Amino acid sequence: MKLTAQKIEEIAKLARLDLTEKEKTLYADQLSAVLDYVEQLNEVNTDNVPETCQVTGLKNVTRADEPVTCDDDTRAKIIAAFPEKLDKVLKVKAVFESTSE
Amino acid sequence: MTKKLNELTITEAQEGLKNKKFTAFELTRACLEVAKTKNKNLNAYITICEESAMTEAVRADEMIAQGKQQPLTGIPFSVKDAICTVDIRSTGSGKILDNYVAPYEATVIGKIRAQGGVLIGKTNCDAFGHGASNENSMYGPVRNPHDLSKVAGGSSGGSAASVAAHTCLFSIGEDTGGSIRQPAAFCGIVGLRVSYGRNSRYGIMPMASSLDTVGPMTKTIEDCAIVMGEIAGPDARDATTVPDVVPDYTKELSKKKKFTVGVPKEYFELDGMEAETKKIIEDKISALKNAGHKIVPISLPYTKYALPVYYIVVPSEDSSNLGRLDGIRYGVRAQVDNLYDIYAKSRGVGFPEEVKRRIMVGTYALSAGYYDAYYRKAQKVRTLIIRDFERVFETVDLLITPSSPFPAFDLGAKKDDVIAMYLADVFMSAAAVAGLPAISVPAGLTESGLPVGAQIIGPRLHESEVMNLAKQI
Repeated sequence: MKLTAQKIEEIAKLARLDLTEKEKTLYADQLSAVLDYVEQLNEVNTDNVPETCQVTGLKNVTRADEPVTCDDDTRAKIIAAFPEKLDKVLKVKAVFESTSE
Repeated sequence: MTKKLNELTITEAQEGLKNKKFTAFELTRACLEVAKTKNKNLNAYITICEESAMTEAVRADEMIAQGKQQPLTGIPFSVKDAICTVDIRSTGSGKILDNYVAPYEATVIGKIRAQGGVLIGKTNCDAFGHGASNENSMYGPVRNPHDLSKVAGGSSGGSAASVAAHTCLFSIGEDTGGSIRQPAAFCGIVGLRVSYGRNSRYGIMPMASSLDTVGPMTKTIEDCAIVMGEIAGPDARDATTVPDVVPDYTKELSKKKKFTVGVPKEYFELDGMEAETKKIIEDKISALKNAGHKIVPISLPYTKYALPVYYIVVPSEDSSNLGRLDGIRYGVRAQVDNLYDIYAKSRGVGFPEEVKRRIMVGTYALSAGYYDAYYRKAQKVRTLIIRDFERVFETVDLLITPSSPFPAFDLGAKKDDVIAMYLADVFMSAAAVAGLPAISVPAGLTESGLPVGAQIIGPRLHESEVMNLAKQI
């Protein structure tokens, strides 16, 4: 199945990937090749076969729903990793354009 | 002792440290010197931790002097850069995390460092585990220590090369669909993919959560058992780890067991299989028979569908997992004006081609209208692959196959052909989608001197048996 340039742009937008024109052309061909390759799964009769969701057989693995405090050292490391910050607060662009700046 | 310090196995180094033949400081310095020299050609490391390694070595010597030597005290090791290490940069080989220093440490690495293991450096890999040749790293490809014109395999190629070139005594890698076993085979070392759930994945940059595993890459099977003994077991921070008792792998390995070994014909009939590789593995099978193991030809009819299943399930889970890498809370943020562009440009520039390709495939496979046709279908075929294995393990103990249809290939040879590159993992994916333990062990060399690996696959949580037969190869 050949994917159109429009479809590629649609997928890239969903995936939040800024692609160059060259990449769009390349991926149109390559994604089509990958989809053709996996197409062979349709040869397999999977009527009444359940999906595999996990392989361990573990059930309901839970932990107590309790807040855990972060020690000062770890907190400092998390803050140090912020790409942009104001003092100790993570700085991001406004989500709603009307409220920006 | 004729071997240089950096060439020792863990078993030999433990002995030497215990008997004060050398110190952890000397052992670490020997590894660091070779790592720095050889890295110029191999590009196995993204970060070499010279200063912290020497500090850790001094601490290890203190532990030994106080009689507190544990199995990995003072043993120099490397870690795949897609595994988080506190205070040391972890890029995952992607530029989007070029500046990332994790605030926490992966559980398995914490276990090793707590007993005085010495971290030599962080190894190059295909970015976020995506690849079979280590050519998808944004820090350049790794070269094979046996032949610099060849790939080291991937995705844990830097880890494999770092061990094969004796820059450390062992490495910790990750295997989602062959990323430990395939580079281990190409570089001529031992690489164990553990059963899904055997080792904690806490602190691993996730790729495909329903397949990801963490495991050892070592010079010998004995070393593999030693490292497994220290890192295996449940972890409250990884809800997929299983509570089953961890066997004494080293003790189990000392028993020379006889097995019924299945030889799946599908792994020997593949088009494109190199005759030399096939012969080396067939000779090993004959040798096992002569040594008293029972060899049984078997069939796993769904084998050919494992790779297509893999290339639906993995990109789908990838596209979801890699959503966290967006330049917002950590990593490299694109300097642009609006939020959408921060996401799109940080990711567009910070991921290499293959990562973007997989995110695209996964996003498509999971998008409205396609989920049933792709993801759900693949998960059903996955069930059939699992049943294939369950059926054969009713009559045989273990399976033996080649690790790869061919030895290490030339750098660049498959770079532009996506499907050909994917096929480099053709013998790796079935055990991975079924969550089974599998090991690659050196089986011999081709005439041109390239390593060939044999793969042993076992039932879930049967790592002891897998290692036991591997030792007899």
